[in-house]
Amino acid sequence: MSAALRFALQALFWGGWAGAYFALPEYLPLLAQIAIIALFVLSLDLLVGYAGFVTLGHAAFFGLGAYAAGILAQQGWGEPISGLLFGAAVAALVGLLTAPLVLRGGDLTGLMVTLGIAMMLFEAANRMAWLTGGADGLQGVEMWEIFGVWRFDLFGRTAFVYSLTVLFLLYLLARLIVSSPFGLALRGIKGNRRRMEALGTPVRARLVAVYTLSAAYAGIAGALLAQTTQFVSLDVLDFHRSADALLMLVLGGMGSLYGAMLGAIVFMVAHHALSELTPQFWQFWIGIALIALAIAGRGGMLGLAGRLLARWGGR
Amino acid sequence: MSSLSRRRLLGSAALVAAAPSLPRPAIAQAAPVRIGLILPMTGPFASTGRQIDAAVRTWLRMNGESHGGRRLEVLLRDDTGVAPDTTRRLAQELVVRERVNVLAGFGLTPLALSTAPVATEARVPMVVMAAGTSIIVQRSPFILRTSFTLPQQTMPIADWAASNGITSCATMVTDYAPGHDSEAAFKRRFTERGGQIPLELRTPLRNPDYAPFLQRVRDARVQALFVFVPSGEGANVMKQFDERGLAQAGIRLIGTGDLTDDDILNEMGDPAIGVITSHFYSAAHDSPENREYVAAFRQIAPNMRPNFMSVGGFDGMRLIAEGLRGTDGNTDGQRLVDAMRGKSWMSPRGPITIDANTRDIVQDVYIRRVERRDGQLWNIEFDRIPQVRDPGT
Repeated sequence: MSAALRFALQALFWGGWAGAYFALPEYLPLLAQIAIIALFVLSLDLLVGYAGFVTLGHAAFFGLGAYAAGILAQQGWGEPISGLLFGAAVAALVGLLTAPLVLRGGDLTGLMVTLGIAMMLFEAANRMAWLTGGADGLQGVEMWEIFGVWRFDLFGRTAFVYSLTVLFLLYLLARLIVSSPFGLALRGIKGNRRRMEALGTPVRARLVAVYTLSAAYAGIAGALLAQTTQFVSLDVLDFHRSADALLMLVLGGMGSLYGAMLGAIVFMVAHHALSELTPQFWQFWIGIALIALAIAGRGGMLGLAGRLLARWGGR
Repeated sequence: MSSLSRRRLLGSAALVAAAPSLPRPAIAQAAPVRIGLILPMTGPFASTGRQIDAAVRTWLRMNGESHGGRRLEVLLRDDTGVAPDTTRRLAQELVVRERVNVLAGFGLTPLALSTAPVATEARVPMVVMAAGTSIIVQRSPFILRTSFTLPQQTMPIADWAASNGITSCATMVTDYAPGHDSEAAFKRRFTERGGQIPLELRTPLRNPDYAPFLQRVRDARVQALFVFVPSGEGANVMKQFDERGLAQAGIRLIGTGDLTDDDILNEMGDPAIGVITSHFYSAAHDSPENREYVAAFRQIAPNMRPNFMSVGGFDGMRLIAEGLRGTDGNTDGQRLVDAMRGKSWMSPRGPITIDANTRDIVQDVYIRRVERRDGQLWNIEFDRIPQVRDPGT
C-alpha cells in the first residue's frame, strides 16, 4: 500500500469520528462508549497483538481504572484529567505487581493466572460494598467540568469529544511505542522468544513493561467509562468484558492499532443495531457474523481488506 | 413476540436507520406518547424481561392504545440485565434520540440506580416495574415504582412465623443488595417478636451450591429456615432442601414469594408443597380482575404463567395511562409525575396505591402456601396484611 493511500485512509478514519459529531448528534452516548471500548481493545492489542501474550483477564485493569476514578470522584475530587491519571496509575501498579505471577510458566499457565486475578478482583469488589457499593454499583460519582468549562451533558457531547480526544492522543502514543526499538523487540518476542533471548534482549523485562503499559491503557479506558457514565458497577470487572475485547481484537485484526479500533467499532455497531432490531435474538446473529468472519478473513477485517487492496493494487 | 409489535419494532428501527439523513418531522399535538421500555430480554434475567414484556402487551390488548387523547407507543430495548452502563446509555438514547416521554422497565436494582440521574436531568418520569431495593425511589424525584420492595415483602412472613409457634429460625439469603435487605428486615421483625436467629447464611450470587449451607441449617436444629433467593433459584433450593432431608428433621421452609415464583413453580414438583411464603401476587389470586388478567396474558403468551414481575409491568402501564388522563395528554415530566402520585386502583394483585409522598407502592401482602390444584402447583393465599408500605421509607 502506498504511503499516500495509507495516510488518506487514516485521515478518513479520524475525520469520520470528528464528522460523526455533526452527522449523528443523537448517537453521541453510543459513540462515546465505542471510543472507550476501542481504547480498551487497543490496550489489549499492545499485549496480545504485539507481544503475543494472550490474556483472559484484561477486564481486571479496566475495572480497576473505573473504580479508582469513580471512587476518587465520589470522595469529592471530580477533576476528570487527574482522575484519568489516577485510574491509569492504579491499574499500572497492579499490573506491575501481578506481572511476575502472570509471566511465570508457560502461555497456558499465564492465561489461567490472568483469569484468576480478574475473578479475585471481581469478588473483592463485590465483598467490599462499603468502598465499591457492591452489587448495587458505585453511587454518587459527580464529575466537575473539564478544564472548568465543559460540563458532562445529557446529549453526551462532552463525553464524546473527551473520550475521542483521549483515544486519539493515546493512539499517537501507542504508535510511537510500537515503532520504537521497544516495540520491535516485542514483535521479535512474539515471533521467536528464544532467539530474542539469544540476541541478548531482556525478554522478561520487556514483557513486564508491556504488561504494565497495557494495564495503564486499560485503566484509562475504565476511568473514561466511569467518568462519562458517572456510575461504576461490578460489570466492569466481569469476564464477558475480557472475552468481548478479545473477540473484537480478533475481528478487527491483531497486531495493528487500526485493527483493534476497527474491531471495536464494528462489533459495537453490529451489537447495537441487531439488539435494537431483535431484542431477544440478537446474540444469534452476532454469533453467525463472527463465525463467518473467522472463516472468511484470516487476520481479521483488516487482513481481509489488505488482501483485497493488494489484489486491486496488483492489477 | 406478536407479528404486529415486531413489525412496529422493525419499522421504528428502519426509521432510526434513516433518521440521520432525514429532517425530523415537526411533532404534532396528537403525536403518540412514547414509552421507552428497558428490560433484560437476554442473559440470566431474561425471564423477568419476557414476563414484563408480555404483561405490557397484555395491558395494551385489554385497554387499547389511546389514553388521555394520546396513543401509547412502546419502544422495547434489551439491556442484558447485567450491564448498568448499557441501561443508562439506552435510557439516554431513548430520551435524546427517540424523544420518549416516559422511561419504564428496569429489571434489577443497579440498572435502575444507574439510570436515575438521566431521569432527573431529562425530567422524564421513570416507572420502575421490577427492581426491589428500598432506596431506588429516593434517587430521583421522577421515579415511581409499581413492583415491590423486599422489606415490604419480608416483614409479613416474619410476623407469621412469630405468631405460629416458631421461635428459632435460620436465615439463608443470596449475597447481594436485595438479599441483605430481606435478611435485615426479617431479623429485625422476628427478633422484635421474641424469636431467635442462631444462624445467618449468605450464599454466593454466582453458581451457588446450597447443599453445604443447608447441611449447616440441619445441624443447627432450628424450627424453620427463612430463604431469599433471586427468582429462578428457588427450584434449586427446594431440591436440595428435599435431598438433605431437612423436612424430615422437622425444619419448615419459609421465605418471600421469590422462592416459589409462579414462572417456574410448576416444575419444582412435590418438594415445594407446603412451603409458606409472603408476597404481593399469586397467579392463583382469587378476584375477577386477576382471572381476566391471567386469561388475557395466556392469549399473549400461551406457554407462560404470569408471575409477580409481570404484574409490576401491567400496573406500570396502568400508572402511565392514569398519569396521561390526569394531565389531559400533556407530557411535561413534572406534571405527569404529579398526576401519577397518589393514584389508587384495583390491580390483579388486589388494591394498590402509589404513595403521594414517597412515589413507592403501597399494597396488600399475602401469606400463601404451595398446594396442588388440578394437577398444578399454585401459591394459595390464606392470609392478608392490608396496605403494607415499605418500612424503610
